[in-house]
Amino acid sequence: MSGTAAGTADPSGPVEGFPEGRGKRLHPLTPWRRAWAWLAGLFAIGVQNAQNVRSWSGSFGVGWLLAALAAVVLCAAGYGWLSWRATRYLVTDTELRIRTGLVFRRTAHLRLDRIQAVDITRPLVARALGVAKLKMDVVGSGSDDELAFLDEREARDLRAELLARAAGIAPEAAPTAGEAPANALFTVDSATLVKALALLGSSWGVTLTGVVLTPLIWVGTSSVFAAIMVLVPMLATIWRGGLGSFLTQYGWTVSESPDGLRLDHGLLQRDHATVPPGRVQSVRVVEPLLWRPRGWVRVELAVAGAGNEGGLLLPVAPRPVAAALIARILPDVDLDKAMAAVRPAPDRARWAVPVWRRGYGYGVTDAVFVARRGRLRREHTLVPHAKVQSVRLTRGPWAQRLGLADIHVDHGANGTATARLQDAAYAASEVAAQATRSRLGRRTAAPERWLTGGR
Amino acid sequence: MAEVVDVTGEHWRPVQPGLLRMRRLLLALWLTPLVLAGALLPPLLGAGALAALGLVPLALGLWGWRALGRNWRSWRYRERDDDLLISRGVLWRQLTVVPYGRMQLVEVTSGPFERKFGLARLQLHTAAAATDATIPGLTPPDAERLRDRLTELGEARSAGL
Repeated sequence: MSGTAAGTADPSGPVEGFPEGRGKRLHPLTPWRRAWAWLAGLFAIGVQNAQNVRSWSGSFGVGWLLAALAAVVLCAAGYGWLSWRATRYLVTDTELRIRTGLVFRRTAHLRLDRIQAVDITRPLVARALGVAKLKMDVVGSGSDDELAFLDEREARDLRAELLARAAGIAPEAAPTAGEAPANALFTVDSATLVKALALLGSSWGVTLTGVVLTPLIWVGTSSVFAAIMVLVPMLATIWRGGLGSFLTQYGWTVSESPDGLRLDHGLLQRDHATVPPGRVQSVRVVEPLLWRPRGWVRVELAVAGAGNEGGLLLPVAPRPVAAALIARILPDVDLDKAMAAVRPAPDRARWAVPVWRRGYGYGVTDAVFVARRGRLRREHTLVPHAKVQSVRLTRGPWAQRLGLADIHVDHGANGTATARLQDAAYAASEVAAQATRSRLGRRTAAPERWLTGGR
Repeated sequence: MAEVVDVTGEHWRPVQPGLLRMRRLLLALWLTPLVLAGALLPPLLGAGALAALGLVPLALGLWGWRALGRNWRSWRYRERDDDLLISRGVLWRQLTVVPYGRMQLVEVTSGPFERKFGLARLQLHTAAAATDATIPGLTPPDAERLRDRLTELGEARSAGL
């Protein structure tokens, strides 16, 4: 039952399983990743208080000031070096152990059989220096459990080794098993990506609001500050929806290997994620309004353990491609069949949710539970029966009046698929049936150690 | 499958009456000082008509008394062969189904008030945080029996993520 207790921290002194001298260190450049933030902060303070600095340098002399600065830098470098020395990682047959902390020592043991995904991130500067961040996602692992930074080649080898061990390859063979061959399935080309992003209504809406609202507030309050306060969050949204998305989603490649699904993307910062088979808890197919005439969809997936930021599988793809891809991740799932199985909310639901009721729907196939929502931007959430953790039926006062009920299906990636406003009697029988289906679905699920079939 | 809709059947078990007594006592403990303060302070301060303020918490208390009763009656749970069902709520009704194999952790808690009334609360956790499966108002032996049974069944049908 240790699914949730994967990362255990042990604060006490010498740690079991970490004999002196064992384990590997991170890349020697690592200490500088924090040092530069310090230096930048110091510089910013200096610039802001330029007047004070000038008067200090007048009274103390420039020499002293530089000496103080040098002392601070030395201290920071010393601390960075010591904490780098204290950080080690070790791969054993069953665990990845990470020891960190100079003063407060922390050891995380991440169980390999609970691996949900492995992410390798290479920010722009790190790419120039040839280093990378590696994170193994298990349920409950956080930013403390990432290995930043490793040599690029070392990160790749480590990923291969972790996946090989988790897949159940013999321990002796695992370190040298090397990377499983990948077979590219689909690459999103930049032109489509640009078009798709431009056709998203949301960023245009925000842009328009910003263009209209900012001058209004400026004139209304005659304060530039207030206008800027309104503008900044909007700019952030526009960035996320537009250029920022383009930069992270550029060159999106989905490939398949025996280790699972591989996702590579990013223009400046290159990200990589490997999701082993059977780890996907739910898949969401999103069809924004303006994409529908072109038959484009976005596919998001939920994996326990929060890896693969945003949970994107495909930023944009034609629907048949998406369907083929989903069929590979969730065997026996036919996207078209699943979507066709959706039955809309009954007509009387219009008294609860007038126009949008048409968006709500619910359906079941042998393999998945499907919940639909959204009128303009249509979303289908697919949860395989084997991944359902609990089923809930809720009815508010108004829904009781109308004889309606909501069905919630909770899955292991801390998400819920909700089918709203279904007929109450039907929903109740469906909830009971869903519980049975999820129990039976588990029997046919893929093994945890995917290559050797062990659990 | 119709039995799931009908929560009055013999397999459905209610929670202890002690839970209702405890909740009503807590309600009274909270509201009595307010009623007294509302009724007594204004005459003492020379504004007798405002003593009617005491009626507000009193009305609230009466309504709460009835609401607690209805809410208590709505709590029902049922152990089936492979899953646990919990039904609750009057205005906002909720039915939760948790397959035993999905349980990660079973927790039995009992606060000072609950101990006084001989009650214990059982909570199930699955890998999904949204799972809201709590049964308040069990007798401690009942809670322990249920916990042991659930743990045993959970191990037998264990499925993890």
